[in-house]
Amino acid sequence: MLFFSYFKELVGKEVTVELKNDLAIRGTLHSVDQYLNIKLENIRVVDQDKYPHMLSVRNCFIRGSVVRYVQLPPDGVDIDILHDATRREARGG
Amino acid sequence: MSTGPGLESLVDQTISVITNDGRNIVGVLRGFDQATNIILDESHERVYSTKEGVQQLVLGLYIIRGDNISVVGELDEELDANLDLSKLRAHPLKPVIH
Repeated sequence: MLFFSYFKELVGKEVTVELKNDLAIRGTLHSVDQYLNIKLENIRVVDQDKYPHMLSVRNCFIRGSVVRYVQLPPDGVDIDILHDATRREARGG
Repeated sequence: MSTGPGLESLVDQTISVITNDGRNIVGVLRGFDQATNIILDESHERVYSTKEGVQQLVLGLYIIRGDNISVVGELDEELDANLDLSKLRAHPLKPVIH
């Protein structure tokens, strides 16, 4: 639940999502749901020469289960707040 | 939840699906559910290779199980029209390794 709330705060920011098939997609975070499925807008694939498979796609839905990493903008994370929130979660609420 | 990344906005639109085994299937989205199982109408597969341009295989009506889906992309007709698939060469996408 914590990371769902956290990703909702990042809506509108530019992120790079690296998938478990090594594809990396950069775009504006449009929305996220409870499964951490992600919708990106105005995407471009990192290394388009190697991966031209999504050249005709502008907006996409990424299934949460295939996400390896989400690379965040440097100003997208307030470390103190996230620390506190994760400690609270670890204590059980 | 209206802000969630459901696929309702894509129903009856042409989408490009990348599956976990690295295939690329293009078709019209007719339905979906919470597990991302999808119904694709008038679908075809785009087969990428380094030896020749993209081959298109007609598949027809397909149901793809959500477990096997990586990405669902909204196919932009204009971008797609400007793409010369016969000249596009690339390795097929790698399968997903969990």
